[in-house]
Amino acid sequence: MALAATLMVIVQTRVVHALLYLIVSLLAAATIFLSLGAPFAAALEVIIYAGAILVLFVFVLMMLNLSPATAERERWWLRCGVRPGPIVLGLILAGELVYIVLSGAGAGVAAQTVGPAEVGAALFGPYVLGVELASMLLLAALVGAYHLARRGPDGESRKGAGE
Amino acid sequence: MNVPVSHVLLLAVALMGIGLMGVLVRRNVLFMLMSVEIMVNAAGLAFIAAGALWRRADGQVMFLFLLAMAAAEVAVGLAVVLLLYRRERTLDADAADQMRG
Repeated sequence: MALAATLMVIVQTRVVHALLYLIVSLLAAATIFLSLGAPFAAALEVIIYAGAILVLFVFVLMMLNLSPATAERERWWLRCGVRPGPIVLGLILAGELVYIVLSGAGAGVAAQTVGPAEVGAALFGPYVLGVELASMLLLAALVGAYHLARRGPDGESRKGAGE
Repeated sequence: MNVPVSHVLLLAVALMGIGLMGVLVRRNVLFMLMSVEIMVNAAGLAFIAAGALWRRADGQVMFLFLLAMAAAEVAVGLAVVLLLYRRERTLDADAADQMRG
């Protein structure tokens, strides 16, 4: 189900449909996390990915009002995707990868859950430096996104500002 | 429920491949961003599978970092998309091949 939804994300030409399929794919991934014994990560996947990030996408989509011409162009790109050599090589590589994974130890993952308490203890125990780095990264992204998407002081686009 | 870890890894590989195909094939910047999201998600899936295999919390911690990185990347990427659309009135990635100014 996750594979089908993700494939539909790629082959859709309308952006809204692709976004909806992306949400379905993320929810399927969240159920896989849950079955792997990671309920905290599953909840975070639903809340942050399917909630916050997709809402961000939808906002930008509404600000952009796309035309059907772009969909036509995307369709053309999807149709002319016949380049046999790289596709064959990539398929050989993928087959080797599948063989390696399948021939390896078929270790099963038991249903022992790793709860939020352990995750929190590990997060603020040995990974404190990582948490601080992530906070700095988020701050930099916030400042950078604001600077990039800012309009000029006179209300018009910053088209000539950087040239 | 007992899930073989090889199946999860195969799913992660397939998701990563689909995301890579999306980045390579599509020329709409928004679609490319979504494909990058798919690839980040596949990496997170592999982390979770590894963490569940050894029953440690490290996999989920790495997934949290991955989530923060994805959020930052989406914020900056969407800002760049807005800027591109405002300058070129298109979402075509080929329109941004000049990289001037």
